[in-house]
Amino acid sequence: MRYVEEFRQPAAVARLAERIRATATRPWSIMEVCGGQTHAIMRFGLDELLPEGVSLLHGPGCPVCVTPAAAIDKALEIAATPGVIFCTFGDMLRVPAEAGDLAEAKARGADVRVVYSPLDAVKIAEQEPDREVVFFAVGFETTAPANGLAVRLAQGQGLKNFSLLVTQVLVPPALEALLAAPDHRIDAFLAAGHVCTVMGTAAYEPIAAVHRVPIVATGFEPVDILRSVMAAVRQLEAGEARVENVYERAVAPEGNVAARSAVEAVFEPVDREWRGIGRIPASGLALRSEYRAFDAEARFGEVKGECAAENHCIAGLVLQGRATPDQCPAFGAECTPEHPLGVTMVSSEGACAAYYLYRALRETA
Amino acid sequence: MCLAVPGRLLEITGQDLERSGRADFGGVMREVSLAFVPETAVGDYVIVHAGVAIARLDEEAAARTFAALAEAGAVE
Repeated sequence: MRYVEEFRQPAAVARLAERIRATATRPWSIMEVCGGQTHAIMRFGLDELLPEGVSLLHGPGCPVCVTPAAAIDKALEIAATPGVIFCTFGDMLRVPAEAGDLAEAKARGADVRVVYSPLDAVKIAEQEPDREVVFFAVGFETTAPANGLAVRLAQGQGLKNFSLLVTQVLVPPALEALLAAPDHRIDAFLAAGHVCTVMGTAAYEPIAAVHRVPIVATGFEPVDILRSVMAAVRQLEAGEARVENVYERAVAPEGNVAARSAVEAVFEPVDREWRGIGRIPASGLALRSEYRAFDAEARFGEVKGECAAENHCIAGLVLQGRATPDQCPAFGAECTPEHPLGVTMVSSEGACAAYYLYRALRETA
Repeated sequence: MCLAVPGRLLEITGQDLERSGRADFGGVMREVSLAFVPETAVGDYVIVHAGVAIARLDEEAAARTFAALAEAGAVE
């Protein structure tokens, strides 16, 4: 078992699509939460295998996209501070804010370094004791264990020059916020598999029960995604609204207890601004007061202000599943990955980038 | 930052929060922290986010998935 090819078998994909067609008697709108799943859907053309009435809405699960511009402005300010080494995932380099982006800051001479893990930033802090090393801790529940571990290791090593600029966000409160909109079109959710790998599935039980929406935890391969669509359609047709897990190989109901405990020990829930969506109560993580010494906002000042008004880009609607990228007049014309107008085109996990890349490939195929 | 492809563990060193290893992601080798998957052994497949393994893939669960698909006639 290598866990990749087995879950892409064309015969299994075709058979699952057939079963979905045979099961769906009414139109259903199912939202995949995670940007990685949006990419898999577009890459493998899974949307084209579904019956006409069953449509996939793309959700807000792109961490780069939902990081507020004000936090990026703070990152730019910190990066420009003499003596600072600002470490970030590569995805954040070209995300625009009021004062530009991190790639431009780097070009202007700021010491901005792309790392693969916050643990790399801890190593840099160890090697450069006279510099302030700041890591931009963005992401959902999947990156929180790494950031929690980085703080624990820095503390264990007695590092005084390491801190995190934290904009961590949480999936369940975002689902609640989407469902609170009176005109939402969401009949069911495909829950982000690796978020559930860390946190488990219990947090989704009350959402499924209260809002009467099936929620199916799933993975990133075609067989996983179609199995989850099948499970959601079967529940919807039967009038059920349960939490189901079709990503059995990676998701336990209780999550990863060791990773969860580290996250809960280091971080606490806070209200958070989501770019394109707005403020969502208890939808973010911030460092607990015991770890204030590792909080970049304690050293360099707090992130200020609300999201600035964006241009005519419809990224906010795309992030909420209210519009698809190809409904935007700028898509593919004024707005491309080389010249992005908004975050959903900048980020490799953004829905607009996925449409642009894979739709173009399909047309040339 | 969200790498969905699993990596196969090639070697393991250290303990507790310092437990780490090297994994093969379809030919690309990467250093990964194993602090949160203490049960892993060489040869296991892990899911890694931001350099930290968050799960060991459960081979039995995967086999059950295929058994269910086979029963439904979806795989041979």
